[in-house]
Amino acid sequence: MLSPRTGLVLLVLGLLLYPLILSGPFYRDIGVTFLLAAISASAWNIVGGYAGQVSVGHSMFFGLGAYTPLLVYTQWGWPPIAGIPIGIALAIGLAVVIGMPTFRLTGHYFSMATIAVAELIRIFFGTWDWVGAAIGLQGPAVARGWWDLTFRSELPYYYIFLGVLAVVLLTTAAIERRRFGFYLRAIKASERAAKSLGVPVRRTKLQALALSAAFTSVAGSLYVIKTGFIDPDSAFGILISVQMVIVAALGGAGTLFGPLIGALILIPSQTLTNSLFGGGGSGLTYILYGGIIVLIARFEPGGLLDLWHRLSPQLRKRAHV
Amino acid sequence: MLFALIGPNWLVSRFRAGAIIRQAGRIGLAGSCGRCQTAAADCGWAQVPMMVVVQVIVGGLLLGAIYALFSSGLTLIWGMMNFINFAHGEFVMLGMYVAFLTVVWLHGGPVVFGIAAALALFVLGVGIYVSLIRHVIRGPMLSQILSTFGLALLLRYTAFWIFSANFVSLPQTSLAGTIKLGGIFLPVAQLVAGATAIVLTLALHLLLTRTTIGSRLLAVAEDRAAAMLMGIRPDRMQALAWGLSAGAAGIAGALMATAYPWSPSVGETFGLIAFVVVALGGFGSVLGSLYAGLIIGLIQAMSAFWLGAIYKDIVVYGLFVALLWLRPQGLMGKARI
Repeated sequence: MLSPRTGLVLLVLGLLLYPLILSGPFYRDIGVTFLLAAISASAWNIVGGYAGQVSVGHSMFFGLGAYTPLLVYTQWGWPPIAGIPIGIALAIGLAVVIGMPTFRLTGHYFSMATIAVAELIRIFFGTWDWVGAAIGLQGPAVARGWWDLTFRSELPYYYIFLGVLAVVLLTTAAIERRRFGFYLRAIKASERAAKSLGVPVRRTKLQALALSAAFTSVAGSLYVIKTGFIDPDSAFGILISVQMVIVAALGGAGTLFGPLIGALILIPSQTLTNSLFGGGGSGLTYILYGGIIVLIARFEPGGLLDLWHRLSPQLRKRAHV
Repeated sequence: MLFALIGPNWLVSRFRAGAIIRQAGRIGLAGSCGRCQTAAADCGWAQVPMMVVVQVIVGGLLLGAIYALFSSGLTLIWGMMNFINFAHGEFVMLGMYVAFLTVVWLHGGPVVFGIAAALALFVLGVGIYVSLIRHVIRGPMLSQILSTFGLALLLRYTAFWIFSANFVSLPQTSLAGTIKLGGIFLPVAQLVAGATAIVLTLALHLLLTRTTIGSRLLAVAEDRAAAMLMGIRPDRMQALAWGLSAGAAGIAGALMATAYPWSPSVGETFGLIAFVVVALGGFGSVLGSLYAGLIIGLIQAMSAFWLGAIYKDIVVYGLFVALLWLRPQGLMGKARI
């Protein structure tokens, strides 16, 4: 059996060397997609996993982060990365607007509010000419300088995304060990008990949502800087939110590496089903998504990591015998 | 791409204000705004003929009645077991397709496909409770929300797969035609659907408040353990509640299918509308969802008429966010914290 430390070293090495070993554009594209899914699911995980406040409309933060880089580019000719901090600020603002009223109530209200607000923003952006309405926005076709971050190769994107993923995971790891992390888990276990023990429940939930929104917004910005195009459906569509939830829940919501494991399994298999079923495969992919979500909810709410932790001691015992 | 197909504005064609104005013009109700010669929708509060306004109001109320019917199913589940069904809109969508298949395959009339949709969805609702909900209800919040959320995706995209994303409408039924009622013109199908929906919503309310079975349901909602001591089997009652809830959604879908075209994507819109109706009417109140459904239908029709069809959903979802801020327990509900 691997010790956790060797496992971690192997994981980091694997992620660092992956695009150099499998250097075809197809594999690099999968790699970049995987990193993006892992970043947004890890961001969702902070509020959805650790705090147990299940957002099913996280695409609103993703979409805000995705729109601002291209907005500052098309409106004022700024380099797209200048839109990242604006996206973060807007996402945090939106998080407060949604969290303030709904966190007074039980978790269902929050879930319903997130799905409704994401849909509201999606329709709104589709009718708003200043942000390109239903057509969307286009980024710089040719880089005016390195600061536009428009590369022909996938390689620079891969390492930028990997760096951001490291930041998100290190932040989550730091939270896990601090008072804030214990507050979050206490709230998840029982809000009433947490409150009676003096945990500032509403403020903690709000902070978790704001942090999660900020990271999700960065994921949106990264996505748009790489693709150079955004429209309301690929920014705020419900499937964006679904992917975050399913990736985190599959690996294990509320664990540090859960979203990473989930993305590691889901993204390659999604590419596989898409290439197997061809162009019409996207519909089948979401049937599959729905099925996986139902099965996780019914049988393994802890996700695959939890299953592994339960199974591995038994396997080890059997190996000794 | 699939993303492009999940547009929310399926009712646009029905409620396009311009179309209503044009229709009104044909039947001699004056066609355009007197001042600027454009459709009323383009010049705001123009001098719209009174009859056109009445037409819009009645149309909104009739659609709102159907909203009320399927939302009462959602509110029943919430009141019974503190559980939000994210797949409720998909139940409505399935009801529409059951009606469609009954007409196409069995050439059934409105009564037949209405009952078929209600029965099929009742069975589905009970099945989902027994196989899925019963197990996740005592689990963590994550699996409670994910179970029906995943179910919604599964049903929606399976419907896309089977029926394609094209809009369909029911073949000509015996409800075709238009009648003139005191100066306004109403499609018979819309009138029958709206009236039936109100009757059925009231019937559900009476079932819950005036019958033994309703008392049992409410007893389980009140206190599961105490109900069990009184000889009520809570599992059966909750399965019944799921059947009633899905059945209400199914028959609402069949009623709506008589009057409006649809595609598999409508489930998402209806699910959200049901949330708004329930939030306005109060969680767990069937009568509240009747009033709220009518109000939402009215608001939607009005905003489609005066602001333009694309804004009707923005107005309704905006109302939902405002409600969460101002009165999260709804108009008639009590706060559950």
